[in-house]
Amino acid sequence: MLNFDALISRKPHLISIWAAAIMMLISSPYTSSNAQGRAFHTKLANGMEVVVLPDRRAPVVTHMVWYRVGGADEPIGKSGIAHFLEHLMFKGTQKIAPGEFSKIIARNGGQDNAFTSNDVTAYFQRVSKDRLPLIMEMEADRMVNLRLDENDVTTERKVILEERRSRVDNEPLSILQEQMQAAFYLAHPYGIPVIGWEHEIEKLNRQDALGFYKKFYAPNNAILVIAGDVSPEDVMLLAEKFYGVIPANPDAAVRSRVQEPDHAAERRVVLKDSRAGKATLQRIYMAPAYPNAAPSEAEALEMLARIAGSSKTSRMYMKLVVEEKKASSASGWFSGAALDSGSIAFYAVAAGDAKLEDIEALMDGVLADVRENGVTQEELDRARNAAVADIVYMSDNQASMARTYGWALATGRTVQDVETRAERLAKVTVEDVKKAANKYLDIKRSVTGLLFPAPSQTANVARPSTPKQPGAGVH
Amino acid sequence: MRCQILKSRASVAVLPETRTRSRMVEIVATVIIAAAIVLFTLSQSFAMQIQKVVSAQGIEAWLVEDHQAPLIAMQFGFKAGAAQDPADKSGLAYFVSGTLDEGAGDLPSRQFQQRTEELATKLSFDAALDSFTGSLQTLTANKRESFDLLRLALTKPRFEIDDVERIRAQILSSIINDNKEPENIASREFLKLAFQSHPYSRPLKGEAESVKTIMSSDLRSFVARAFARDNLKISVVGDINAEELKTALDTVFGDLPAKSSLPPVAEAAFPKGRQTKVLTMANPQSVVQFGLQGFKRKDEDFIPAFILNYVLGGGGFASTLMIEVREKRGLAYSVYTYLYPLDKAGLLLGGVATENKSVKQSLDVIEEELARLAKDGPDAETLENAKQYLTGSYALRFDSGVKIAGQLLGTQMEDLGIDYIAKRNDLINAVTIADMKRVAVRLLNTRDMIITVVGEPEGVVSAIESAPKG
Repeated sequence: MLNFDALISRKPHLISIWAAAIMMLISSPYTSSNAQGRAFHTKLANGMEVVVLPDRRAPVVTHMVWYRVGGADEPIGKSGIAHFLEHLMFKGTQKIAPGEFSKIIARNGGQDNAFTSNDVTAYFQRVSKDRLPLIMEMEADRMVNLRLDENDVTTERKVILEERRSRVDNEPLSILQEQMQAAFYLAHPYGIPVIGWEHEIEKLNRQDALGFYKKFYAPNNAILVIAGDVSPEDVMLLAEKFYGVIPANPDAAVRSRVQEPDHAAERRVVLKDSRAGKATLQRIYMAPAYPNAAPSEAEALEMLARIAGSSKTSRMYMKLVVEEKKASSASGWFSGAALDSGSIAFYAVAAGDAKLEDIEALMDGVLADVRENGVTQEELDRARNAAVADIVYMSDNQASMARTYGWALATGRTVQDVETRAERLAKVTVEDVKKAANKYLDIKRSVTGLLFPAPSQTANVARPSTPKQPGAGVH
Repeated sequence: MRCQILKSRASVAVLPETRTRSRMVEIVATVIIAAAIVLFTLSQSFAMQIQKVVSAQGIEAWLVEDHQAPLIAMQFGFKAGAAQDPADKSGLAYFVSGTLDEGAGDLPSRQFQQRTEELATKLSFDAALDSFTGSLQTLTANKRESFDLLRLALTKPRFEIDDVERIRAQILSSIINDNKEPENIASREFLKLAFQSHPYSRPLKGEAESVKTIMSSDLRSFVARAFARDNLKISVVGDINAEELKTALDTVFGDLPAKSSLPPVAEAAFPKGRQTKVLTMANPQSVVQFGLQGFKRKDEDFIPAFILNYVLGGGGFASTLMIEVREKRGLAYSVYTYLYPLDKAGLLLGGVATENKSVKQSLDVIEEELARLAKDGPDAETLENAKQYLTGSYALRFDSGVKIAGQLLGTQMEDLGIDYIAKRNDLINAVTIADMKRVAVRLLNTRDMIITVVGEPEGVVSAIESAPKG
């Protein structure tokens, strides 16, 4: 049996974790064919990027196609069209009848889905490796051969409106977050919800979808990521056969977005809603994202968020929950995976009858302390440890690996960025963290959201929900 | 909570294997031959060895060795759960699951948490109605220290007043949030109607009043009575061999008492007659839960029922309800069904969320499809398609160490036998049209359907019919 007193005083087991992480990152644990890096990465002649992540443990593959387009690339007044198009991509081509796409995948023992964010749209299937050619043929087909029936478009628009009700209109916290994002961004389209504003969704039509499709869906704006029981050689043969024959579209849009001006005043968004549970406080600060941060800055922000907010040993949890008992939970995180800007955010739920103003004062105190006094080396080591361990654990799951590489490449990062993440985390110092805290925990570049369960004038009134009333659903 | 929420096309929740652990039951395992090592194949090229490992103290675990990455995943479960909470202490098992990692042995809460972080160990506990499970992930290099943390948590939890009060405040907060959450309200009311006074009718987290009465001594009592070697199942996957595992099993679980001593749970009867309950909430969209009596996992018709559920509403875009409610009519984003087999009852549950004015139409469509399937069963092509999906996708549940560990544990918790994984696809392929028709009649009995609706639905009102509908 181990002596625990001895263990407590020992330094964090950084060595073993680092050894594991470096091993995972510089050589794939699941294949010996690729000693230089985890991923095989190349580009087809038509500009489509290809990433292969061999993992031979089970005879299955995860196949993803990522497009460098998302909600932030929509024309003004057409919010939701990127996501709407994603739904419509399942409605058929010359070869595939409407509604058949997912059914064919299912008949072949596969699972499929898709997702849209501000910056990316991705389609994926998980399937037995012997069915890979079939799904590559189908995915390549719908990259350029989509056919849309007017009735299917009309029906799917109703589905999207129901999706919006489920995700946002039925959820006070989501309503508040949508309003916070809108208040946070003064000019950048990240302020517009990916799902779209209800009154704009109601007017999206077939032509909007096809126009967006033709503008952004092309091999030279796409990334193929395949993880699982395959070799790069086999994948390349199939990729050339199915995707390589699609001509590049020289007119495919390179995205260009309006950028955010300097922020000069803090914003506060308050929602009182009888449907809310516990009073909740959120604070979001503007920060750089991985693609545009100065060296070490994003990593320092990530460490800052972990130390300040992301576990039961974090500053925020210790102060608000353990010591002062004003919050039942408290957390924080850094979002750096977007193309144009990131954020660092903190969140707390009131305990008992605690007042949000008291919780906010405590939160401000924790952040002021970090700004003034920085963090300790021990805290930084522990946070870094956790971040590196997450990299190691993630490598157990082929779908997570595919998602990590795909997301990075679709948002301006490189394979090397992914594979040197542990090394970059290793270089972060306590000074870097303090500097980042001072630079980015600036109340003028923040939005604070307060959710109160108290009844409000409108919350008790069922909103009109007929699609004929544009704007009725916008809070 | 995070700002960049992804909009996925359909909630993955519709996939039967990803929804809840309660449905992880349709699962899992291999043939023990003389050497206690079994090879089974999910496809021609995929062979996985499941070893039955028994420690010196007689503790059994199923092991799949994989030395390609320096990781170990261990999952374990005790056959003891929230259904055994004392009537006035409902929420006890859940409370324990939230407090076990709040300090153990000589390590107070914060030190225990810090130690876990330093070791980069992932440790979690989970209570369900019939089970209490845990999961440990560790790097190989830290396995001894990680296993010892788990031993302490299971055998020497501290349950200090301050920590217990903090977790209580968290649970009370989350109960308040749950009570405003339409899905939770619909589900809670459904279970009340379906199980009346049976323990299955109680919310897993308990009620605010019962949670307020739970003391450290109650937590200790649960641990002492629920965690034992005779109701324990363990699965391990990763970078550890059988000999090392034997030692680890005795280290972690050897100090547990030999026998558990929680009260048995009574059989739960499903009520006769249709019941509809509307709970008014000022939302633009109504959330509907519907359900019928289902099967236990041990029912001889469970596999055909599993296929039928896939056809009905468990198969995502291939399922009847998704096609009829969403694809053809655009009435909902999410519509699904799943089997919910418990030890003392079985349910077939389903849900749909639709704007208030469409609730009646959506329910009518769902009932028509239930009636049609009950009358005719699926046709041969539909059955064949379902078999192809269910057998072809089985390997997708085994593509990571953590997922394999989950499958192995689920198989053991349901007593399916170590050869189950090898024969599972054959069981599905053996199901005939006649089986499906028989099961459709047994399962899809809408005369006893229970429906709960949260929202302001048009054309649907609360109604209880004590006699079966003619």
